[in-house]
Amino acid sequence: MNLEFTPEEVAFRKEVRAFIEENYPKHLADMGMREDMSPEDMVAWHKVLGEKGWSVPAWPTEYGGTGWTPTQRYIWSEENARVNAFMPLPFGVSMVGPVIYTFGNEAQKEQHLPGIRSGDVWWCQGYSEPGAGSDLASLKTTAVRDGDHYVINGQKTWTTLAQYADWGFFLCRTDPDAAKPQEGISFILIDMKTPGIEVRPIKLIDGGYEVNETWLTDVRVPVENLVGEENKGWTYAKFLLAHERSGIAGVARSKRGVEKLREIAGSEVLDGEPLMSDFDFARKVSQLEIDLAALEITELRTLAGEQAGKGPGPESSILKIKGTEIQQRLTELTLEAVGSYGTPQYGSIADAGSNQYPVGPEYAQHSAATYFNMRKTSIYGGSNEIQRNIITKMILGL
Amino acid sequence: MDFNFTEEQEMVRDGLSRLVREQYDWDTRREVIASESGWRPEVWAQLAELGILGMPFSEEDGGFGGGAVDALVVMEEFGKGLVVEPFIPSVVCAGGFLKHAGSSEQKEEHLGAIIDGSRVYAFAYAEPRGRYNLADLETTARKEGGDYVLNGHKAVVIAAPWASHLVVTARTAGERRDSDGISVFLVDKSADGVVTRDYPTVDGRWASEVYLENVTVPASALVGEEGAALPLIEQVVDEAIAAASAEACGAMKVAHAMTVEYSRQRKQFGVPIGSFQVLQHRMVDMYTEYEQSVSLAYLATLKLDGSERERKLAASTAKVRIGQAAQYVGQEAIQIHGGMGMTDELAIGSYFKRLTIFESEFGNVDHHMKRHIALS
Repeated sequence: MNLEFTPEEVAFRKEVRAFIEENYPKHLADMGMREDMSPEDMVAWHKVLGEKGWSVPAWPTEYGGTGWTPTQRYIWSEENARVNAFMPLPFGVSMVGPVIYTFGNEAQKEQHLPGIRSGDVWWCQGYSEPGAGSDLASLKTTAVRDGDHYVINGQKTWTTLAQYADWGFFLCRTDPDAAKPQEGISFILIDMKTPGIEVRPIKLIDGGYEVNETWLTDVRVPVENLVGEENKGWTYAKFLLAHERSGIAGVARSKRGVEKLREIAGSEVLDGEPLMSDFDFARKVSQLEIDLAALEITELRTLAGEQAGKGPGPESSILKIKGTEIQQRLTELTLEAVGSYGTPQYGSIADAGSNQYPVGPEYAQHSAATYFNMRKTSIYGGSNEIQRNIITKMILGL
Repeated sequence: MDFNFTEEQEMVRDGLSRLVREQYDWDTRREVIASESGWRPEVWAQLAELGILGMPFSEEDGGFGGGAVDALVVMEEFGKGLVVEPFIPSVVCAGGFLKHAGSSEQKEEHLGAIIDGSRVYAFAYAEPRGRYNLADLETTARKEGGDYVLNGHKAVVIAAPWASHLVVTARTAGERRDSDGISVFLVDKSADGVVTRDYPTVDGRWASEVYLENVTVPASALVGEEGAALPLIEQVVDEAIAAASAEACGAMKVAHAMTVEYSRQRKQFGVPIGSFQVLQHRMVDMYTEYEQSVSLAYLATLKLDGSERERKLAASTAKVRIGQAAQYVGQEAIQIHGGMGMTDELAIGSYFKRLTIFESEFGNVDHHMKRHIALS
């Protein structure tokens, strides 16, 4: 057992760091996710990586993966987090991509994988419905076979960034009479330009519009867009969720977040001294870093397991729970650090009728909005309550 | 020992609760806070008419002879409806300074206008580098002949866009953070050299950055004794803490009730999510936090007339514990509402945001924990 990087890994880190420094879009440096980001900005790095051949490191090499070891992939995400890079969106790269190359047919692979790799095709996820959140298997959107097409009707919600999407992957009920609700569901790819699809943005508590309601009315989709077998969609959905969870820990990003928090608390002043030298505050930052260290090694153990050929299992639920709790805590402490300047509303100042420009230090300007926004992380991707249910059932055997 | 409210206080509560119910429904509030002005002067006028703005003042001062308990009743109802109108800045803070230390001329000029609602006052005490230390002031007031000349930058002054006058803390002598040498001034916002930059806040109110650039005020603008105002400021801030604590309790009560109701309505796995024990216990914890908070809002209010040490300890006790409770209740309310809690469509998000900002008002948990330790 050891935690040291090999000389090859150290060299690899040097190589990717140089590449990032040279190629990461300068105007996006250290921005992370922001509500005022344009769709072009969100795919800018993805496109650069697509050309370099580094946009889908975790995929098998035959589909364009880099063949990096889990340790190399870990180094890659760390180096990206150093500049707080806005990484390729997960919907294509980590969600539908692996489903297509694992369960799709050759035609689907040929049609869809290149666009996911290059970043030219924007994907969205049609899973949740107003009545089917944590209880996803109760979804009601139907796909009824009519000759060479499915006719799809229903309503999806929380479809992230669907307003920009070219394609979506949807869970639809194809057998309403199945013995168990999980058994009658199919996984269908839909061109978002198909007539009958309406996307309505939902305003969130931080003032942003990152999710949508998506209405499907008599949407005709060719049957060749079915992935795998009809009525087996739940299997693919679960496979996808496990993949989503393992990426959700966000260790590298949180590490950069802690660094940034230290910088902010170093600039903020308490009784004439940097806030960071205040014991009460420093203790909270260290506690966060300690929790993050535990998560980091846990993730590395999971990655090592993957390297040994085990897929992401139920223990990835631990990564989701702890990863999101840490991300939320980070935003809490950042908001706390900026003091009174967490109070002004910045993001939507124009929206709220003010023509005034921002006040307070630059680093304070999105602290409240980010704190509000990050409450979503313990709700999405299978809420943290659902993750605990998974561990209860799959690991504790209760 | 008596934890009952008087008949009069109950009447005020009923009247206010009706006003909030009838005129402060969620959609109306949302429209108002997104509007150009951000508040409703007509609601303010109504509050004045109902006698609400005069409640905490003695009859001698033109009020209705009430006190801090009346302010608690008012702010609890404000919290339930997330009322944005500036009771704390204008009535509790500016009114508090005048009540405790105003000259008879100052009371005559200003208290009447506060009570009849014809003027709004804001309390400009925080500074960009002062964090929550009331004595950490870079704003100065220099004596020049019979006048004072004020210079400085006051941060996040709640309700200043609606105010005609500001209560400003400034240093007339001594070094930054000295206890001595601090004075309080009444400043007409239209005076030469007062520059404001207005903006909405994340919890639905409006605030300003206030820049004072050689603002000349007459000696009659000084409230209380020159250079000896810190104890007075601390007293008024403790009164504001008691009132804000009551507001947070009102907001927590509604946030909790909304969450319980949502858990009854929302079905997953064929049953209401409120039937899951893991959520039941968390809603019980929210309720417990709320009840503990109410107790400490009472404590902070009832100790305002106690000894200085008792008053400070009680205010800091309340601010620490209710700050923690507000964060817990707000976060759990969103979590139990799930995705719907993240949307701007439901009221719960606004309660969460108000409870979030409460934590940092008049000193956050850490600030008041340190104050508690220093007093213990």
